[in-house]
Amino acid sequence: MTRRFSWFNATSLTFGFAFLYLPMVILIIYSFNKSKLVTVWAGFSTKWYGELMRNEAFLDAAWVTLKVALVSSTLATVLGTMAAIALVRGGRFFGRTLFSGMIYAPLVMPDVIMGLSLLLLFIAIGLERGVFTIILAHTTFSMCYVSVVVSSRLASFDRSLEEAALDLGCTPFDAFRSVTLPIIAPAVISGWLLAFTLSLDDLVIASFTSGPSSTTLPIKVFSAVRLGVSPEINALSTILIVLVSTGVISASLISKRAIIRQRREERAAMAQ
Amino acid sequence: MVQHESPTVFAPWEDPEQKPLIRFIDVTKRFGDFTAIENLNLDIYEREFFALLGPSGCGKTTLMRMLAGFEAPTEGTILLDGADIAPVPPNRRAVNMMFQSYALFPHLTVEQNIAFGLKRSKMTKGEIADRVLEMLRLVRLEPFARRKPHQISGGQRQRVALARSLAKAPRLLLLDEPLGALDKKLRQETQFELMDIQEKTGTTFVIVTHDQEEAMTVASRVAVMDHGRLVQVATPDGIYENPNSLYVADFIGEVNIFRGHARALGDNRYEFTWAEGKAPFTAVSERDDIPASGPCSLAIRPEKIAITAERPEGALNAVEGTVLDIAYLGSTSTYHVQLAEGPVIKAQTANNRRISRRSFNWDDRVWLSFTETAGILLPGHE
Ligand SMILES: Nc1ncnc2c1ncn2[C@@H]1O[C@H](COP(=O)(O)OP(=O)(O)OP(=O)(O)O)[C@@H](O)[C@H]1O
Ligand SMILES: [Mg+2]
Repeated sequence: MTRRFSWFNATSLTFGFAFLYLPMVILIIYSFNKSKLVTVWAGFSTKWYGELMRNEAFLDAAWVTLKVALVSSTLATVLGTMAAIALVRGGRFFGRTLFSGMIYAPLVMPDVIMGLSLLLLFIAIGLERGVFTIILAHTTFSMCYVSVVVSSRLASFDRSLEEAALDLGCTPFDAFRSVTLPIIAPAVISGWLLAFTLSLDDLVIASFTSGPSSTTLPIKVFSAVRLGVSPEINALSTILIVLVSTGVISASLISKRAIIRQRREERAAMAQ
Repeated sequence: MVQHESPTVFAPWEDPEQKPLIRFIDVTKRFGDFTAIENLNLDIYEREFFALLGPSGCGKTTLMRMLAGFEAPTEGTILLDGADIAPVPPNRRAVNMMFQSYALFPHLTVEQNIAFGLKRSKMTKGEIADRVLEMLRLVRLEPFARRKPHQISGGQRQRVALARSLAKAPRLLLLDEPLGALDKKLRQETQFELMDIQEKTGTTFVIVTHDQEEAMTVASRVAVMDHGRLVQVATPDGIYENPNSLYVADFIGEVNIFRGHARALGDNRYEFTWAEGKAPFTAVSERDDIPASGPCSLAIRPEKIAITAERPEGALNAVEGTVLDIAYLGSTSTYHVQLAEGPVIKAQTANNRRISRRSFNWDDRVWLSFTETAGILLPGHE
């Protein structure tokens, strides 16, 4: 493989990134548009951001979305990790193959079917729809993603580490907490992040399971857009883009910092 | 080979009054339909240094894992201090194991790895720190205390694993090839450290090794295994001087094997015919399973065979041959001598003279001779 920077590479890279990011850039630019018409540029203004901050409905929806995402991703991580452990470690129990197959089902099942079946379930058991039902629904489907991510890590985990911990006097739970969990932590964290983002941008399942008092941001945006794209939505999207990229950048900075610090400690340890 | 001799003879296995620390009673372990351990009976006594020897896959690790509690016997019982250990989970057993794969915790430093078990005992912080330091010093890893396992060499990792298992000073310590990755000098030093620790703490050691010399050096008794069975359990010199089968004789140390026919002469003496038209050997054996007349084998260690230019006066057992090869091993030389009858015999001599004055050369005609008690007579040809 050559490492030279050819014109072909440069061009394809440019087109690729343009394809990915140009729409977002346009959206950000238009969020600072003075005009109420989305497609006509009428000078720079931040007034839509002000409008957005005064729009109770959007703020409420944002709050609901955040709540749902935090709670459901955390629940999904706990349950998904537990499911992964049972499936990878449980040995041969009755119905194991069925269960591990079923774990993948929500990954391939259309969201509409998931949403509809959950809706029918909630109606059948007489559960009033609201934030709680969205959390339940999101936990249900994102748990599967977590469990897939965590079980692939667990499968390559060296069992003898746990045995060594038991041998040194740990109870099985202590061994899990102090040896297994720290080692599979990266997989658990990425599972959580996956569940969090899945919940943040889910529209279909949320619209089936939400009630009148609990609208998530994607639902709100979608219904607003049907009445015509307003610059307010652009502003909202810009804020989301900024939030997400700050999150991603700071996460990578933090991990880079950790690596640098670790290197420094290592060097200090070597120098001793 | 170095022999470890204590001033008072330590042989609890010969004393019927002694209660063994570990007792395997008819233990069988199967994985599916594969039998890893077959009907094993074994007593290991307090303060023993018990070595397990055997080819790869013969069940050494499995035996240890049953003691540590990671495998349950399919049949039979294991007693520790007279009590069945089956219901005791691994974390409640006063047993620590050093894993063949080391099983170091990758997210912890060397120091934290060693402290791991101590933190789960009743020791105070200060005591733990002292103990960790002591262990680091023992395995010479003080400079590496703050490194992670992936930042040290294979031999250093092995020493961390050893230190971690030693730290808790358990009653029974299981070491699965503890010194395999160390260089000879460090290995010998560590062997003596282990014997020292054992002398001080009275810990019982069960050690797996592929190095016979190591087993001979450290062990109070050696067990030779084959395909999940114990072939012989005896003291190192017992195993070496009186192997109970050709398998053991061949497995432990170098040996020349003659296959032939034995005929009893009475008084424990046998006439051993091994080649057509050759004068038979005479051998002495106290075994009672030598047939009065039947197929037998004669096993002789190379160092028990004398090599001379002329046929020695009055030698009972002597054969003539040509020097085929000379292996110079420093303190000893091994001569490979081709006999006219076919077999190549190894004879070993101590090199107490300089090479330049070596007495024999390639293609020299020489005589090999040995006394009637030098060879070990064993029934059968297998
Ligand atoms: N969990 C298992 N499932 C199936 N077979 C197993 C299992 N563990 C061990 N065995 C088999 O049991 C036999 C004994 O294994 P063991 O690990 O005790 O060998 P060993 O004597 O320690 O060998 P080595 O010297 O190579 O470490 C081997 O043939 C191995 O394949
Ligand atoms: Mg092994």
